[in-house]
Amino acid sequence: MMPLTGDIGDKAAVLPEIAGIAPAPDLPGIEVTEAGEAGGIGGLGMIIWRVFAENKLALVSIGVIVFMLLYCFVGPHIYVTPQANFVVTSVGQVLAHPSGQHLLGTDPNGYDTVGRLMVGGATALEIALLAAGIATVFGVFFGAVSGYAGGVVDAIMMRIVDTVLSVPTLFLLIVIAAILHPSFWLIVFIVALAAWLVPARLIRGETLTLRTREYVQAVRAMGGGGSRIVARHIIPNAVGTIIVNATFQIADAITLLAALGFLGFGVPAPGTSWGQMLSDGVSYAQEGAWWLIYPAGICIILVVVSFNYIGDALRDAFEVRLQRR
Amino acid sequence: MIGYLIRRVIQAVIVIIGVCAITFILYHLFPGGATSEARIILGPRATAPQITLFLNQNGLNKPIWTQFFILVGHVFTFNLGYSYKLNEPVATIVMQKLPKTVLLLGLSTLVTVIIAIPLGIFQVLRRNKPSDYALTTLSFIFYATPTFFLGIVLIQVFAIHWHLFPPEAPQSASVGQILSNWRGLVLPVFTLAAVYIAGFSRYMRSSMMEALTEDYVRTARAKGLSTTRVNYVHALRNALIPIITLLGLTLPAIVSGALITESVFNYPGMGLAFFNAAINNDFPLLIGTVVVAAMATVVGSLLADILYAVLDPRIRYV
Repeated sequence: MMPLTGDIGDKAAVLPEIAGIAPAPDLPGIEVTEAGEAGGIGGLGMIIWRVFAENKLALVSIGVIVFMLLYCFVGPHIYVTPQANFVVTSVGQVLAHPSGQHLLGTDPNGYDTVGRLMVGGATALEIALLAAGIATVFGVFFGAVSGYAGGVVDAIMMRIVDTVLSVPTLFLLIVIAAILHPSFWLIVFIVALAAWLVPARLIRGETLTLRTREYVQAVRAMGGGGSRIVARHIIPNAVGTIIVNATFQIADAITLLAALGFLGFGVPAPGTSWGQMLSDGVSYAQEGAWWLIYPAGICIILVVVSFNYIGDALRDAFEVRLQRR
Repeated sequence: MIGYLIRRVIQAVIVIIGVCAITFILYHLFPGGATSEARIILGPRATAPQITLFLNQNGLNKPIWTQFFILVGHVFTFNLGYSYKLNEPVATIVMQKLPKTVLLLGLSTLVTVIIAIPLGIFQVLRRNKPSDYALTTLSFIFYATPTFFLGIVLIQVFAIHWHLFPPEAPQSASVGQILSNWRGLVLPVFTLAAVYIAGFSRYMRSSMMEALTEDYVRTARAKGLSTTRVNYVHALRNALIPIITLLGLTLPAIVSGALITESVFNYPGMGLAFFNAAINNDFPLLIGTVVVAAMATVVGSLLADILYAVLDPRIRYV
């Protein structure tokens, strides 16, 4: 998917008084002026955090993510009811309406929806985080190598990215899933396959500008090899771009995973994910079982919105860091 | 201009050959190689001679490079194989389904542009006011809503609860009949458009904001032109150009979205055909549809870039 705010958004963020995309970072409020260069990582980290913390929505988003992580990963240890791997308890428990015993009712298999949301969320978050992580690492190296190498190597590597980007993702991923049959790691791989392209492009762009910088030329003059320059000088200097993009990649991975799950290419039963829960609940929802679709859908939206807000706020924060240089 | 066009077309051809390479890899993903692929396509009861015949007919026992060039030839001559499940050539199925999907995509894109652009402008004119923040929040939420979830909710509310629109898309055979049954199109079109309305209005907002800071806008203001004229003639015209690029870039995502929308609303287009093929293990149809979807996307992006070059003279001389 396209980023919510593209390059133009970046530029607009430089002019906070006109942009106002998020509550505008209050530049004069930050007294640290020299820290950007003299204070090292700690000083920079402080500036970034302070600008980030200005954005209240982003702080709320962090709260939402922390809550969701606790709910999905710690929740199952506290809230113990017939959940993921339990056998149906009794016929009376199938498709039960929300009640004191089952806060969000039960599904056609007699699973408790609150517990099922934890299991599905854990799967969705695990896959999304793993896929976004793998994709970012691979994309960053691909982009850095491509940008640093230049010439024919760069041209070939970027045509590969163009090609994969031009194939509608969902079609490609479903063909692979249909041929190879979905398992947890296959889905991680598939989502990562769609997610590495944007970081690769971004980092290539960063590399093209960074490689002309004096310090990179100095390393080269001192006899530093290409791999050293890429690993020690180019990638660390692109870290802001990398982190911001990784945040958006997580959001996109959750959406993509939900779509795959909805279309029937999710983790094998008895596992589930939010998208799969929605897909399983649709036919019952038409008969009034609203609790089978709305909670899962709202969970997806909450998590995706939160990651997008965090990404936006992080970008504003790193933007300020660049200005301070 | 001509040089740019030639370079851009060559790039598109390279990408299409790349798409062929991906298709080729997909065919060779089958665990167990060509024989097991034949078995999956022909079914478990295929006899050994049938499999040999299949391998010969499809050139699957030739050297790997020959196979690749055969595939490239097939793609460029629109020979997409044969669906053994539906007993029809893939190209025939595609020709039946493609116009319907193009209709859905076209209408959704139109709705997106018609709603998103005024929305973005409205936000710029009322920037940092409550209405701007409300719309921004709303667009973040719509942007995060999975297409299928929005579709389900719309069906619940407008079809099941209020009976305003049918829950299913028109099942007519031709594009004209589908259009005449427009009530069935409302929900699918809006479902597909919603995410892009959110994205495009955000982009329009930034694009317009950026245009307002340009020197030519300042010059126009200094000349004493009215604010309306500066906003709509000088800034807007330039702010619209990046939207065209965005349309080209969004095309693959919109095509993916059509796949979901079509399966939610049972809309008889390419996406639904693809989805059914995936469920029925109809691999020739599955891979054929991917090729067509990819080609259509490449051509669409090419057209967007050409339009961009026509509208923005700065591009032509690069």
